Amino acid sequence: MKSAVVVFPGTNRENDIARALELSSGHKPAMVWHGDSNLPKVDLIVVPGGFSYGDYLRCGAMAAHSPIMREVKARAEAGTPVLAVCNGFQIVAELGLVPGTLMRNAHLKFVCADVHLRVETGQSLFTSGYRAGQVIKVPVAHAEGNYFTDDDTLKRIEDGGQIAFRYSDADGDVSRGNPNGSRAAIAGVFNETKTVLGMMPHPENAIEARFGGTDGKGLFDGLVAALG
Amino acid sequence: MTASESNPPVKLPNEPWITPAIVAEHGLSPEEYQRVLAIMGRDPTMVELGIFSAMWSEHCSYKSSKVWLKKLPTTAPWVICGPGENAGVIDIGDGQAAIFKMESHNHPSFIEPYQGAATGVGGIMRDVFTMGARPIANVNALRFGDPAHPKTRHLVEGVVAGIAGYGNCMGVPTVAGETNFHRAYNGNILVNAMTVGVVPADRIFYSAAAGLGNAVVYVGSKTGRDGIHGATMSSTEFNEDSESKRPTVQVGDPFVEKLVLEACLELMATDAIVAIQDMGAAGLTSSSFEMADKGELGVEIELDKVPMREPGMNPYELMLSESQERMLMVLKPGREEMARKVFEKWELDFAIIGRLTDTRRMVLRWHGDVVASIPIPPVVTQAPVYERPWRETPLPAPLAADAVPPPADYRTALLKMTGSPDLSSKEWIWRQYDHLIMGNTAIRPGGDAAVIRVPDGGGKALAITSDCTPRYCAAHPETGGRQAVAEAWRNLTATGALPLACTDNMNFGNPQKPEVMGQFAGCIVGMAAACAALDFPIVSGNVSLYNETEGRAILPTPVIGGVGLRPDVNGCVDIGLREAGLTLLLVGDTAGHLGQSIFLRDIHGREEGPPPPVDLAVERRAGDFVRGQIRAGRIAACHDLSDGGLLVALAEMAMSGGVGGSIAIPADTGCAAHAFLFGEDQARYLLATNAPEAVTAAARSAGVPVRPLGQSGGDTLTVEGLLTISVADLRRTHAAWMPNYMAGKA
Repeated sequence: MKSAVVVFPGTNRENDIARALELSSGHKPAMVWHGDSNLPKVDLIVVPGGFSYGDYLRCGAMAAHSPIMREVKARAEAGTPVLAVCNGFQIVAELGLVPGTLMRNAHLKFVCADVHLRVETGQSLFTSGYRAGQVIKVPVAHAEGNYFTDDDTLKRIEDGGQIAFRYSDADGDVSRGNPNGSRAAIAGVFNETKTVLGMMPHPENAIEARFGGTDGKGLFDGLVAALG
Repeated sequence: MTASESNPPVKLPNEPWITPAIVAEHGLSPEEYQRVLAIMGRDPTMVELGIFSAMWSEHCSYKSSKVWLKKLPTTAPWVICGPGENAGVIDIGDGQAAIFKMESHNHPSFIEPYQGAATGVGGIMRDVFTMGARPIANVNALRFGDPAHPKTRHLVEGVVAGIAGYGNCMGVPTVAGETNFHRAYNGNILVNAMTVGVVPADRIFYSAAAGLGNAVVYVGSKTGRDGIHGATMSSTEFNEDSESKRPTVQVGDPFVEKLVLEACLELMATDAIVAIQDMGAAGLTSSSFEMADKGELGVEIELDKVPMREPGMNPYELMLSESQERMLMVLKPGREEMARKVFEKWELDFAIIGRLTDTRRMVLRWHGDVVASIPIPPVVTQAPVYERPWRETPLPAPLAADAVPPPADYRTALLKMTGSPDLSSKEWIWRQYDHLIMGNTAIRPGGDAAVIRVPDGGGKALAITSDCTPRYCAAHPETGGRQAVAEAWRNLTATGALPLACTDNMNFGNPQKPEVMGQFAGCIVGMAAACAALDFPIVSGNVSLYNETEGRAILPTPVIGGVGLRPDVNGCVDIGLREAGLTLLLVGDTAGHLGQSIFLRDIHGREEGPPPPVDLAVERRAGDFVRGQIRAGRIAACHDLSDGGLLVALAEMAMSGGVGGSIAIPADTGCAAHAFLFGEDQARYLLATNAPEAVTAAARSAGVPVRPLGQSGGDTLTVEGLLTISVADLRRTHAAWMPNYMAGKA
């Protein structure tokens, strides 16, 4: 699996996710600076976490309008898988690549903590390493992760199997353990073709037993299994 | 071009004549102003006066503390660079070095908590990456006033948000710290921030300028009018007018600092930089002065080339602004354009503002005219140094054995202590800090010390902690100074790390009061003894004096930030009891010392007696033994005994790991049960082991006292005959105070 990680001014989790990609695939991803016009031909594009452009204006808003994201959008629409985590999720949501939007956390504060996620489907490139209903533990670290979408969209994405992960407690009860007030406890959503995943939690920070556990590694292992 | 007094500065339009009132406003005493006149041989211009004011402020000159700081041990075979540079540097093996320092931002944080704390974090990170190191961990030590004080909640909220806002955006994990509340900080909180970075040992950058004619380059943010006279402000006491000093608080932009960090590290990977220094306190003044002075050169700066945030700024403001996220560099000839491209890629300002000269003068030009011309060496060598009179704090008489009654109910007492402002969980705080970014956090906040894997370090890790017990320092400064160092050393040891060195952040009141100066002196003497006995030198530090409001000083608070090394991160232990059937062993002697204890304060409402004595030889022996047992793989959990004594430590171990335990008080302790359980005798650890015989045998041959107390297991904590309490109840109370308080419910 060849991958590229897009780096903006203010991105800060690019090395974390690069390490996760390398650990699972054996290959270092290409790190692509936002100002570079050519994105290499890859099997997976990653938009990582951080504070692109300082999160000024609105999280992800400036990055979404950068030239490189126009290219990412074109590739995504042509079918290249895109994994967008945290600030990356905010960016692809701004771009309309995935449904919904991320608002300020309900309690208004930054939250860094391990959370439990219930895997909603194993039927995707990104979640093939998990079973539906499986509960995994990965951290979140964000101030604007409160997922919102309107009633019609919510029904459409639920019916379409576009919800990848929901926040839950350790037993998979999604009425508990929501760290930010997200609607329907949504932690990660796909586009309609399930080739783009936007998620707030950080699977890349749960890939080693001594450093927060290995529950996030399944996502990267699954991608490698699906994309070669 | 050289400038001498044959080329005196011009007077700027609207520049006032210097009067005694203007001198006083600049924080210079009449005697100090006489020194200025002697050095200059004429009246200074306003710009020159401002420069003297900043350079001779307590903050920049250490004029009251210098004679005492010299007593601290600062060397060891593994120390690469001690105090005097931007931060201290130690060898951590494999061709790598750790760079670290702690610094205060107390006054700004009280006036404007979010920006004050945020820029404190930004400043200390700059000190570390200026030397070439990528920051890998942030730490903060916070002291707030009485929780019931009307300002406290607002200050906690703002300071924590400011630290989070800056550190999170920088992508550096905030992994350790401490938070205390005491009425002595009601009008003067303490915000001490520490950064630890790692660098290849052959890529360390220093600040001494070199190379006649080399370009002096300004990079980073533009200069605005914020923070003018910050160094002078932080060198005076607070009064009711301090609120009006809000404009002297700097405003931080962590996004820009992140860009400055990446741009500097990118340029540092080339051979372009001769010297580099961040613009911290006293901004362009102190950075240019120190670089030229260390390099035994002169510098000529064209101030109109400095990138400015707003029109109409004048030389005085440019030299004294403390705008954040700025660096000053000396570049090798011919590397200027390459360096410019790096900074332009990161969308940062880059300006060649001056050249190094051989005049040993600082000459400032403004649109061609000389506006200041100061000889550099005398400003440093003839800076005022004071041997302030001091008065020793006598050791309080010991409390009589029967002076402290047992608690009415042990269960209630334990819950009250573990649910108190000082000992309750600070998760409310560290949940707001990204403590996981970089993926190297092996031991998270909430234990004795954080443990962070060293990037590209072959699996080795650094243990990091910050410690001070101000109530001990107030009762007897020398003992308190010893204890602060010993506790930091103990906390590092408790993870299995070898403590290597520390940084000190000396927070005290007005040094012109003999009792305050005596506190400072006593703490230094105690710290020096402990650093020497524990091979734990001070490699960097910061002094914050005049922490007083309306004439009342804070508790003396010499915070120690410690760094230790663990060769294999996988062998580290933390405080959590996670399995049943482990033997609980108490290491060290227990005399049941209740003077200045949390028990005495929180249960009986008395702040009395002497602090526990600190026997450094015993401390060393116990710590070396415990570290050896952890490294031998015999220890499942380890906790140092400090605030609240044995029972609080055991409760913390149970709450952390989720498994309870049962202990019995041995018959031959020689002290009352409550003194055994709550006494704060030093040099003690509580171990959980599945190899008690081997550990006990090793202790015997090491001459370290060890007692078995009981076993881990179950979901309750029991002290035979005295109390049984569920771990869930303990956790609930422990977790509750801080969020309830912040929600206005406590």
